[in-house]
Amino acid sequence: MQKQRPDPDRLLAEFKADEARAARGRLKIFFGASAGVGKTYAMLLAAQTERRTGTDVVVGVLETHGRAETAALLDGLDQLPPLLLDVQGTPVREFDLDAALARRPALILVDELAHTNAPGARHPKRWQDIDELLSSGIDVFTTLNVQHIESLNDVVGGITGIRVWETVPDTFFDEADDVILVDIPADELLARLKAGKVYLPEQIERAAGNFFRKGNLMALRELALRRTADRVEEDVQAYRTDQAIKRIWKTEASLLCCVGPDPGGEHVVRSAARLANQLGIEWTAVYVETPALQRLAPAEREQILKTVKLAQELGAKTAILSGSDPAAVIVEYAHTHNCSKLVVGRTHRKRAWPWAHDIARRIGSLASDVDLIEIGRGETPVAGQSTPGVAADSIVDPRRTSKRMAYLWTLLACIATTVIAAPLRLYFDLANIVMLFLLTVVLVAVKFGRGPAVAAAFFSVASFDFFFVPPRFSFAVHDVQYLLTFTVMMAVALIIGQMTAGLRYQARIATYREERAHTLYEFARDMSSLLQTEQVVEAATKFIESTFQAKVAILMPDDQDRLQVSDRDGLALTLDIHAAAQWAYDKSQAAGVGTDTLPGSEFLYLPLRAPMRTRGVLAIKAANRRMLMIPEQRRHLDTFAVLVAIALERVHYVDVAQQALIRMESERLRNSLLSALSHDLRTPLTSLVGLAESLELTGPALSGLQHETAQAIAEQARRMSALVNNLLDMARIQSGEVKLRREWQPFEEVVGTALKGAQAAIARHHVDVDLPRDLPLVEFDAVLIERVLFNLLENAGKYTPEGTVIRITAEASGDQLLVTVSDNGPGLPPGQHEAIFEKFTRGERESATPGVGLGLAICRAIVEAHRGRIWAEDNVGGGTRFCFTLPLGTPPHTPLEVMQDAGAPQVSRSP
Amino acid sequence: MTAIASVAVLIEDELQIRRFVRTALETDGWHVFEAETLKQGLVEAGTRKPDIVILDLGLPDGDGVEFIRDFRLWSAAPIVVLSARTHESDKIEALDAGADDYLTKPFGVGELLARVRAVLRRKIGTSPADAALFRFGEVEVDQEKRVVRKRKVDVHLTPIEYRLLSVMIANLERVLTHRQILREVWGPAYVRQGHYVRVHMTHLRQKLEDDPAQPKHLLTETGVGYRLVP
Repeated sequence: MQKQRPDPDRLLAEFKADEARAARGRLKIFFGASAGVGKTYAMLLAAQTERRTGTDVVVGVLETHGRAETAALLDGLDQLPPLLLDVQGTPVREFDLDAALARRPALILVDELAHTNAPGARHPKRWQDIDELLSSGIDVFTTLNVQHIESLNDVVGGITGIRVWETVPDTFFDEADDVILVDIPADELLARLKAGKVYLPEQIERAAGNFFRKGNLMALRELALRRTADRVEEDVQAYRTDQAIKRIWKTEASLLCCVGPDPGGEHVVRSAARLANQLGIEWTAVYVETPALQRLAPAEREQILKTVKLAQELGAKTAILSGSDPAAVIVEYAHTHNCSKLVVGRTHRKRAWPWAHDIARRIGSLASDVDLIEIGRGETPVAGQSTPGVAADSIVDPRRTSKRMAYLWTLLACIATTVIAAPLRLYFDLANIVMLFLLTVVLVAVKFGRGPAVAAAFFSVASFDFFFVPPRFSFAVHDVQYLLTFTVMMAVALIIGQMTAGLRYQARIATYREERAHTLYEFARDMSSLLQTEQVVEAATKFIESTFQAKVAILMPDDQDRLQVSDRDGLALTLDIHAAAQWAYDKSQAAGVGTDTLPGSEFLYLPLRAPMRTRGVLAIKAANRRMLMIPEQRRHLDTFAVLVAIALERVHYVDVAQQALIRMESERLRNSLLSALSHDLRTPLTSLVGLAESLELTGPALSGLQHETAQAIAEQARRMSALVNNLLDMARIQSGEVKLRREWQPFEEVVGTALKGAQAAIARHHVDVDLPRDLPLVEFDAVLIERVLFNLLENAGKYTPEGTVIRITAEASGDQLLVTVSDNGPGLPPGQHEAIFEKFTRGERESATPGVGLGLAICRAIVEAHRGRIWAEDNVGGGTRFCFTLPLGTPPHTPLEVMQDAGAPQVSRSP
Repeated sequence: MTAIASVAVLIEDELQIRRFVRTALETDGWHVFEAETLKQGLVEAGTRKPDIVILDLGLPDGDGVEFIRDFRLWSAAPIVVLSARTHESDKIEALDAGADDYLTKPFGVGELLARVRAVLRRKIGTSPADAALFRFGEVEVDQEKRVVRKRKVDVHLTPIEYRLLSVMIANLERVLTHRQILREVWGPAYVRQGHYVRVHMTHLRQKLEDDPAQPKHLLTETGVGYRLVP
């Protein structure tokens, strides 16, 4: 047996499970042997303790059964109002899941884990409600009786003679974070019962006498204790392995459970689940569909599928295989899937032939290396189980009609043979006539299968006897040797018919599989060639509709992750359907027919899960509901869904890539335009400045007026150039294409260069710089921040009278560097503090001061590009104060020199 | 100012700019050869053996930096590049490739001539920086005794600060990129640690400048590097 190596997929799955667990709420189950042990009371006590420590506790649903002690414990706890559902005219109170999710308490109390919800609730079972609460991060307290545990259900039924149909999957119980056993001795419980302290559910009340026998109670108590002990042991084991080597790779092989058509299959599955659980190994349930099983009534087939589904709920992987020899198929599967243990139910059927062994023996003889565990068939359930939800199969079986035709053809063939053989009787021996009839039987067997072949044998023998064997025209047989003829004919008919049936079945399966592979192939090919979302949706809808004979809608989300209702004809998408689809999309889980969520719906909702995210929901309404419940079909459909999802994702990324391309292209265009513009505008200005100045160089020397004119031309050209710079900067920043060249640097430096640059503008003002020596390094684009300071200084110079004091300060405040440029000039007009940062806005209207009002807009754009803020305020003591901030961050390390001279300033910039 | 008419090659595609640069250079005694394209510039530079090259970085037929690298293979004559504002990275690239100085458009005639004179002074070894005792402002640097005084008072510099100052003095009036300074002072492994230079330059200013926020000698060329002016 080969050893399993650590599988990366599995590692990933475990990692994801850990992650999911971290975000999930915690589940605490108060577990008891039977009603009346005080679970609800214990739960409320625990909840009160939680509440006292400040936890937000809410009672979701809880029944005190009019008990004062219990009701007293509800004191101080918030209770959710129940959801009123209308079930055939009677109002039914149910737990309001949506209200609980909206309320979002830290802890919620939901009594009776095994409760079955009334039709109309989102989930059929309360444990599914709780599952959803947990997955949205809410802690849950709940209660449970041992008889409601799925795998123990039939055991309890066997002990007490009462079977309950409300069960909770073992996996759910096992995955609870805490299980608290609420236990009292049987005698005490009986005493409480006598005192009337125990509320009994209706169905138990009828059988209360039977149920609450001391023997029963002791047995139930033992079961509950043992189940809890199992759990504790698992915890201990898990703890040990976690501590020791972190992870034990399960190298043991898994367990294979064979599901057959015999009654009691559920018992076998439950036993297998228990066994797998005890052994701590994975298990698989398989069902082999043989030609014989194909002929079963729809109800029986459904029963088998239900058993398979039960296995799935109990934690098994499931597979439906096909072949004419179940034993061989199972052994083959066991070998390829490394299953060393096989669980089969014992067959009670009478053997058809003395040499035909039952399946267990067959498997035993085929695979000697496999452990075979035979499970006795459980008793048939006490209470008659109706099979709800099985719609009468109204489809006309096409095989039936064709079968009738086959028998007709058989009859005709025999008559024809008789007619042809009749004249030949004179020339041929009777033995040769028989050959003709035999040929007919063989042909019929090959063509129509076993039944018609047997009929053909009968017809042939009868006709042969009647028309050919003397005495003719009577069925009397004088010669015993014709009995042999008859037997041989019968045997030939049966053997060939059997073989043909088998072959035909195999051929049909092969065709079916081939067809399936072909449709998948075609679908994949179609999906891979499409380039637009609409095309994918349309093609997929059409394809799936024709493949599954179903109505299909593909719902896509909008930007807010709400599914869009497409107005495709033929499918009336009501609000309910839309809500269900939305649920499937949000949870990325299937909903509808054959799932745990809204199983009563006509539709099946499959989330279109692609590698990156869920891309939409596929809603499908099959003509035949059962079709969607067959695991094979579901898997087929899932594959389609995955293909659609991948196609949608691919199309999405094609879009993204195209947009990126367009953006790149437009960026390139803009850049080339800007650089061309800046070149074309600057070059003449440069010439102008240079030429004006070079006038001075040429002889003869200029007169005073000429000199002034030349200077004025140069100055105006420089101013023009500054204006062009501002415009181009604005254009560059506005287009969002400016790449900041951020570097860590002292702020002092840009102050120095900005002051130097603005020298001319503020020559007649007093400038006061106040920068602390220990200012940390700041990361910014020096050229741009210098521009901000330059513009602020130039503004101050422009809009304040001569002699005004301009003050520059900078300080670190919190995680920001705050820079201010203030003046004690006339200040801004009221209400202008924000407006001046708009483009082409100036503090004064129609003033003689030159400028177009771009400077501050550029400042704002630059500061905001640095994720800072800029604003203007009135200076304390008159004037205006412009402030801006730059994020500080963590400066890089600057190594200090080891030999620091005494005169050096302390450098406090490096950490 | 030069005794013999020195040769300048001017590579610039714009006629009017060529005109005034030529006028300016000729008044200073230069013999100017013009080229409109890089290709032509290479030919001119190769045949005229220039004492200085004035190169516009934004030429239509190619990358000026390529020209600098090419030219530096066989000539040490100074190169002054002309470039637009906002193209700081081009300037840095040009300087790192071996250009001696740059002028941002629009520039005045006075600025141009001052730069040309400065780079030439340094090349022909008449720079005051070559003297054993170098002064700028009120600072005195005795390069033999490695002593720095300000207003006759000794200033203590750390070894790195002194090295930084020496490098600046050796390249007096010339702009040095952060990368160049890092290579000279810290070594080639540190050329990406731009903030080292900035931090130590701040220290140096705090020790030597009267107002470190408005330095008069250790000047910042925003986005490019530093320049020491006497």
